[in-house]
Amino acid sequence: MMAAIQITDTYYLVLSAALFSIGAVGVLVRRNVLVMFMSVELMLNAVNLTFVAFAKTLNDTSGQVIVFFTLVVAAAEVAVGLAIIVAIFRRRRGMTADDMRVLQG
Amino acid sequence: MTGFVLAAIAPITTPSVDWLGVAPVIALGGAGVAIVLARALLRRSAVTTPVCVALGILGVVLAAIFEYRLWHLVRADGAITTMAGMVRVDPFGVFLSVVVLIGTIYALFISVAYLKRESLDAPEYLALVMLSAAGMVAIITANDLIAIFVALEVLSIPLYVLAAFDRRRMASQEAGLKYFVLGAFSSAVFLYGVALTYGATGSTSLTAIGDFLANNTLYEQGTLLAGGALLLAGLGFKVAAVPFHFWTPDVYEGAPTPVTAFMAAATKAAAFAVLIRVFSIAFPLYRTDWKPALWVLAVLTLVVGSVAALVQTDVKRILAYSAIAHSGYILIGFQTGTIAGRQAALLYLLIYTFMAIGTFAVIMLASMTGDDRHSLDDYRGFALQRPVLGGILIFFLLAQAGIPLTGGFIAKLEVFSAAAQSNNYSLLVIGVLAAVVAMFFYLRIALALASPATGGEYFSDRRVDRWSGVVVATAALAVLATGVTPGPFIDWARQAVYFV
Amino acid sequence: MTEFYREYLAVAVLIGAALALVGLMLGVGKLIRPVRPQADKYITYEAGSDPVGGWGQSNVRYYVYALLFVIFDVEAVFIFPWAVGLEPLGIFGLVEMVVFILILVLGLVYAWRKGVLRWA
Repeated sequence: MMAAIQITDTYYLVLSAALFSIGAVGVLVRRNVLVMFMSVELMLNAVNLTFVAFAKTLNDTSGQVIVFFTLVVAAAEVAVGLAIIVAIFRRRRGMTADDMRVLQG
Repeated sequence: MTGFVLAAIAPITTPSVDWLGVAPVIALGGAGVAIVLARALLRRSAVTTPVCVALGILGVVLAAIFEYRLWHLVRADGAITTMAGMVRVDPFGVFLSVVVLIGTIYALFISVAYLKRESLDAPEYLALVMLSAAGMVAIITANDLIAIFVALEVLSIPLYVLAAFDRRRMASQEAGLKYFVLGAFSSAVFLYGVALTYGATGSTSLTAIGDFLANNTLYEQGTLLAGGALLLAGLGFKVAAVPFHFWTPDVYEGAPTPVTAFMAAATKAAAFAVLIRVFSIAFPLYRTDWKPALWVLAVLTLVVGSVAALVQTDVKRILAYSAIAHSGYILIGFQTGTIAGRQAALLYLLIYTFMAIGTFAVIMLASMTGDDRHSLDDYRGFALQRPVLGGILIFFLLAQAGIPLTGGFIAKLEVFSAAAQSNNYSLLVIGVLAAVVAMFFYLRIALALASPATGGEYFSDRRVDRWSGVVVATAALAVLATGVTPGPFIDWARQAVYFV
Repeated sequence: MTEFYREYLAVAVLIGAALALVGLMLGVGKLIRPVRPQADKYITYEAGSDPVGGWGQSNVRYYVYALLFVIFDVEAVFIFPWAVGLEPLGIFGLVEMVVFILILVLGLVYAWRKGVLRWA
């Protein structure tokens, strides 16, 4: 039997901070729009984990209820974002942020 | 663990609802839903567009009537808190809601002719504008970080679609996509700020956070400070403050011009409302922490906005950087942390709405079908061939520059005097210098308008429809009125600074 | 065995029951069904359309259905907590939920009238 590792709330917070950072770096570094998009989703889910962890620490259910709202908002965002991507994709193949030359930014 | 379960099965009580308090949001959102319904039932018949426009105007007018009632009610009896503390209607909120409604009705008016000219689908466009406006009014009167987050998405998601609305123009689609990716990124940053603030204080209600911090000393402040910083970054993106501004020029340039006008005026008012409300109500005791951060933001925003505009050659891009610089002035007002500063920020937002929408309305009228020729050269000769329209555009530009006898001058004067009153001379000097630099690029556009046309570009065939004419004329009158007789407007802003 | 692991025993039992049920149904089917092989029956199933080799470009129409599904699927998350609290929430909650669902239905009606749901 291994020595039991006490999983404290800090573990969840550090994990979610790490996930959030990975997502944030992904948005800023990756050039493929779909991957950037997935990185944003990773960020939102990292925040969900933070909310649930704090809900447990504070012994307060509202942190868990907030996750519902985040999920629904994220779904609406996914739908709109993918629709915009599909609309562009229909006109032109290849989907990286560097391909966008009309607006040089 | 057991406490957790007990909390979950605690008796559920239905929150009481003050329907008048949320009536403006319901009117705007209801109009948006009604437009979708009309589009679904009528399909593409001849009456569809007129019916949808009428529904949109009806929604804004109803919301305005409710705001009028609310203004008198909250001035007499104090702020209305309803929906379990999620919504808080106070003079501050009603004032900025009215600013958003002005921006919305103007955006609707200038969109009508634009949609026809560019042969775009009107009903969907109008529905998106109404839903976005509903989100804006909701966010202005929200008193809970989660309500703010949901409202932030309700106002942003339609704007992503609106920016990408012109499906034939690649620039519009790219603007939508860029706005979407960066907007979603900033929303996630904001939400992480909400999560950390919730973890540090145990609540998401702004007033509850304020009370908690007033009565408790935090054992460790790192979580709260990180949360506050992330909230500031997320909102900084929405108000286009440097260094969170990088989306602004591309999106303002690529989006259809009426959408740019709507984003510049109404979105800015809504985002500043949240910024001011969150930091004034939830974190007033941490003023010494957020004031230096806002100082840096304000200075960067002023400098980058004013200087970067000098080297641009596209009129919509210049105006985008000018919109960034205007955010800097509003940040000066808020950074002082005084009542006078908040009042100056409110007045600035009101006057800026008229200036921005007026400017973009004339830009929209001057551009040809296709909405993609906005370089300075394309505008040469405009004021000579169309003296009235050109003269009004030059007037709006001078007002944005802050020439006396225009509203822009009063707006800047109030901000600067608020900074001087709180002995904030560094910001005052930088603000005045930025205003001098900004003068150059406004005059550069004005000069291009007044110089003879080089090619065969003639503006005589640009028709001014009735709706856009009303917008341009009333916005110009409003800018003039706020400049010549600023008294009533300053009084109005003075009554609106309070959260109670 | 600690109390903690004993709580997970139910999960293990459920997994075992699920495997047994699936095995039983497929096994019985295998024993009693007639077998008449035809070439067409062994083609890869690709949502009813003719299969293409390799990484096929999927029809852009699938996205519309996928997006509609995501929206309507996730909105259901609000209906479950409401159903649990149906009695204490009373008429007010019922009216709220009817309004909520009506708005969702309106979205579906809109998609239908726009011809999004027609496969052509």
